[in-house]
Amino acid sequence: MRKASIQTVVVFSLLCLLVAPCFGQALDAFEGQKGTLKIAGGTAHIPVMKEAAKRIMIRHKAIVITVAGGGSGLGIKQVGEGLVDIGNSGRKPKPAEIERYGLKLFKWAIDGVAVVVNPANKINSLTKRQLKGIFSGKIDNWSNLGGVKHAITVYTRDEASGTRAVFWQKALDKGDISAKALFVQSNGAMKTAVANDPYGIGYVSVGHMDETVAPVALDGISPSLEAVKNGQYNVARGLYSNTKGEPTGLTRLFIDYLLSAEGQQIAANKGFIPVK
Amino acid sequence: MSNSKEVIAQSVFFLCAIASALIILAIFGFMVALGLPLVEGSNFLAIWTGPWAPHRGLYGILPMISGTLWIALSATAICLPLSLGTSFVITSLGGLRLRRVLGALVRFMTGIPTVIYGFLGIFLLVPLIRKNIGGPGMCVLTAGIMLAILISPTMILFFIDSLLSVDSTYVQAAKALGANRVQRLLYVMVPKAIGGMSSGIILALGRALGDTLIALMLAGNAIRAPHGLLEPARTLPAHIALVKAADFNSLEFRSIFACGVALYLFATTATVAVRLILRQRKVVP
Repeated sequence: MRKASIQTVVVFSLLCLLVAPCFGQALDAFEGQKGTLKIAGGTAHIPVMKEAAKRIMIRHKAIVITVAGGGSGLGIKQVGEGLVDIGNSGRKPKPAEIERYGLKLFKWAIDGVAVVVNPANKINSLTKRQLKGIFSGKIDNWSNLGGVKHAITVYTRDEASGTRAVFWQKALDKGDISAKALFVQSNGAMKTAVANDPYGIGYVSVGHMDETVAPVALDGISPSLEAVKNGQYNVARGLYSNTKGEPTGLTRLFIDYLLSAEGQQIAANKGFIPVK
Repeated sequence: MSNSKEVIAQSVFFLCAIASALIILAIFGFMVALGLPLVEGSNFLAIWTGPWAPHRGLYGILPMISGTLWIALSATAICLPLSLGTSFVITSLGGLRLRRVLGALVRFMTGIPTVIYGFLGIFLLVPLIRKNIGGPGMCVLTAGIMLAILISPTMILFFIDSLLSVDSTYVQAAKALGANRVQRLLYVMVPKAIGGMSSGIILALGRALGDTLIALMLAGNAIRAPHGLLEPARTLPAHIALVKAADFNSLEFRSIFACGVALYLFATTATVAVRLILRQRKVVP
């Protein structure tokens, strides 16, 4: 009995020794670094940013990484003004923004934007035409789509949201969004709103989806990772981390980490499509 | 020696007072200056009267002004009876123990962070209203109820202060004439305290006008002016919070300053109203 337990310990430690380097390699680059790294912007990025920050900070106690939201527009603005080190955006920064602030863009994942409804909603497929009708307010009752007789509540994001920009361009073809639509402030808030509203419809980053909301197929194509990857589901965008000028020091290391095998693995685990 | 010390202290405090007054004026100046491109770029009236549709180059903030008034006024209307009742109980109607407990509770309420109310609203009040009353749930009424709870300590504490500062000789005289508790309250204390109480109402209204988070989380933020209590609305502070991420040089961002000016005007109106009421009642020298 005792022998067995010793054996287990020995085998386990050997395993640890063998496995540790594969996990730790990318983190080794941070050796000897210290200081604070401030990240803000796109809310779709947050799960990956938090996981990466957690892993780095556990290994290297002298590094502090803060992750804030605010939306893509805010991320670009804050990094441009030098308020944060990395500004995330769920859309490619506009040429004017890149030029004015001297931004460097790093695209580290691809993310779909999915139409979502409450899981209690029986409707799980819409045509693009119907979707445009719903968001412009022309179709305002679920019964018009074969659902329950209740008014549709449309949720949308503010104009600075990258998720909104992509959804508006690629799913609504730049069509109108009704003035009656309710506004929420982040991908997380969108998920909460739709999860709590049996008659709601909205759109979130595919990476944020879980069982509290139900995805809606668009023209018969489900917003699955697979469909986004092979391009069938085209309401997708790159996830960018932007820096002001060429990144150095901790900022550089963090971006390298996002693009390393481990960083890309985190992105994949959180439901995004790695670029490498 | 002590005289020179006094002069120094006097001038230091005087400078502090001047500085804070200047800061307030400077903020107003900044808002007007930074908002000017909006006036030059488009029709000045369109900002105050038109709809909000950035994609069509329309940056009207009227829907937000209307939303702000709807939510703040409904909150005040809901808060008023609650606060009257609570302050009556605390000042005269309740038993000693009840008074103490309620008083402590109200003071405790002043310290509860706004976001807690917002959170409670999202998970409790929004579904409740959607299910039982109708509409999308995130609406003027929901925000109004939560906001009423938020501003009630301001109103209650003001009511209590005014009621208790009524000269006790009046109350005792009424008592000697055989007036009971309710009569003393309604016919002696309330009429004497009405000035202070009205300023409490206006201050609470001011707080409701300026609150950002409750409306942002609970009112739905739709860009159309509400036509009823069950419709979503966007307030000026919530609008600022939502638009602040826009490009610095865009007209969209500039419109924030118009919102600021509007809020400033609301606050000024409220303050002037308080001063006028207090002066009429000769409470303020």
